Amino acid sequence: MEQLGFLTILFAAVFTNNILLTNYLGMCSFLGCSRELKTSLGLGAAVCFVTAATSVLNWLVYAFILVPLDLVYLRFIVFIVVIAAFVQLVEMIIERVSEPLYTALGIFLPLITVNCAILGVSLFMVIREYTFLQAFGYGLGSGVGWALAIVAMAGIRLRLAQRARIPRGLEGAGIALIIAGTMALAFMGFNGMVSVN
Amino acid sequence: MREFLIAVAVICALNIGLALLLMLAGAWISDIGDRVITINGTRQITVAGGRALLTALKEQQIFIPSACGGRGSCGLCKVAVLEGGGPLLPTETPWLTPEEQQDRIRLSCQLKVRRDLSIRIPEALFNVRQYQTEVAGIDDLTHDIKQVTLKLIDPPAIAFTAGQYVQIEVPPYTLTDEPVYRAYSIASDAAEPGRIELEIRYVPDGICTTYVHQHLKRGDRLTLNGPYGEFQLQPTDREIICIAGGSGMAPIRAILLEMARTRNPRPCRYFFGARAKRDLFLVGEMRRLEGAIPHFQFIPALSAPEPDDHWEGETGLITEVVGRHVADASQAEAYLCGSPLMIDACIKVLRDKGMAEGHVFYDKFA
Repeated sequence: MEQLGFLTILFAAVFTNNILLTNYLGMCSFLGCSRELKTSLGLGAAVCFVTAATSVLNWLVYAFILVPLDLVYLRFIVFIVVIAAFVQLVEMIIERVSEPLYTALGIFLPLITVNCAILGVSLFMVIREYTFLQAFGYGLGSGVGWALAIVAMAGIRLRLAQRARIPRGLEGAGIALIIAGTMALAFMGFNGMVSVN
Repeated sequence: MREFLIAVAVICALNIGLALLLMLAGAWISDIGDRVITINGTRQITVAGGRALLTALKEQQIFIPSACGGRGSCGLCKVAVLEGGGPLLPTETPWLTPEEQQDRIRLSCQLKVRRDLSIRIPEALFNVRQYQTEVAGIDDLTHDIKQVTLKLIDPPAIAFTAGQYVQIEVPPYTLTDEPVYRAYSIASDAAEPGRIELEIRYVPDGICTTYVHQHLKRGDRLTLNGPYGEFQLQPTDREIICIAGGSGMAPIRAILLEMARTRNPRPCRYFFGARAKRDLFLVGEMRRLEGAIPHFQFIPALSAPEPDDHWEGETGLITEVVGRHVADASQAEAYLCGSPLMIDACIKVLRDKGMAEGHVFYDKFA
């Protein structure tokens, strides 16, 4: 496989291989927290930071602990534990450093722990055998991509709430899933530009 | 075999390592040092920062009333935070009216002490303490109301005013995973501070009432804190009208016992509402009080007497009975205790009889 550069992989993760819209990961908070622009921005930023940081952390754990000890099959559980611990740490630091940000993020911060997009990034990164730099690029790109998708979704839902007449049976999650599908179709337009596989 | 051991060891080491890291980080990051809380502009206490205001005050032996134990689900632990409170949290807003938010009222269980605070609490809360008690007796008053007698152990006595209430702590048992606190009025005479009586009515699936009715036994230990509440006899010469229903008897009884002890000469009528004869209790004691209090009349009323009750007293809803007996309430004072529904209905009747709003005092069951 040709070695992909940091920027290429970053771009690919944001657009052509958007973790949310091509892999449909991280759906739960994507649907739950996309009603308002402000909260979706906050959550997007937090996910972005955590994804970038945990992809690096998990890469180190994977390369220097799991592979040498032949424990690759433990990666699921180990990655989850690392992500959970990291989110806790982030929560503590944000609480100490910036009270307004902590108040604004509220419950979304601990919720990131169970965002499957973050675990997905760590798993894809080892399946695709990325180097350290590639892993960082992929993590950061996926985070940005996820944030982009949820902010776009929030914008669309806000518009929808203002003027669309949605059939009663489709209100809420129903229409949101249809929008997500349409967005995924739109993102398919980027396909073929770059491939990360 | 070796493989498994390595796997287990790695997972354990990783988990322990991360846990240690978090603990150290927690101790280092969350330790923001001591903070000073100024209470009512006079008293100053120093507490470790970073924890909830309610907990910090509790450790300094200042008890803010709280029924849920700090989970933000009862909305009782309101405190005025004048300085250093920071922005209102989303967990607080549902419990605070716009006026309260204007007055800088906060929920002390949600607010964390991050900066030096200046707060205002009722002076009476300084008298609130935690008490260890022993159950000296549990007696049936009716088919669903029990009288619980508690002997004070540590401290050995509780100073309270007739009409006040305490909160009892229900330890974790089948219905609850964590301690819960519920408020009950003291039904006994304030002149006997070494033992108090509570009247507790069974509510199906009620966490506290189920515990008291089905689990608590003589000789058990029970923790309580108090006393709380502003419900008490006002120092005036007005005629007194007491109205209660069910276990609302408790604070009224404490007030009547005090009136008997002090030979209070104010005219007093006590309307007590129940469904049928099996819901009536302490009638004998009330008749005795009619002799002990110079001008006192006890008027029990049944709303739905059974045929074999052979009831010859008052019948009808308590509001109707009060309406029949009280002609002019403009010179009287009223003390009400019971369900919110009953109290609201009684206030309406009393107002129609000319009683001023400020002369009605009540203790609503929450």
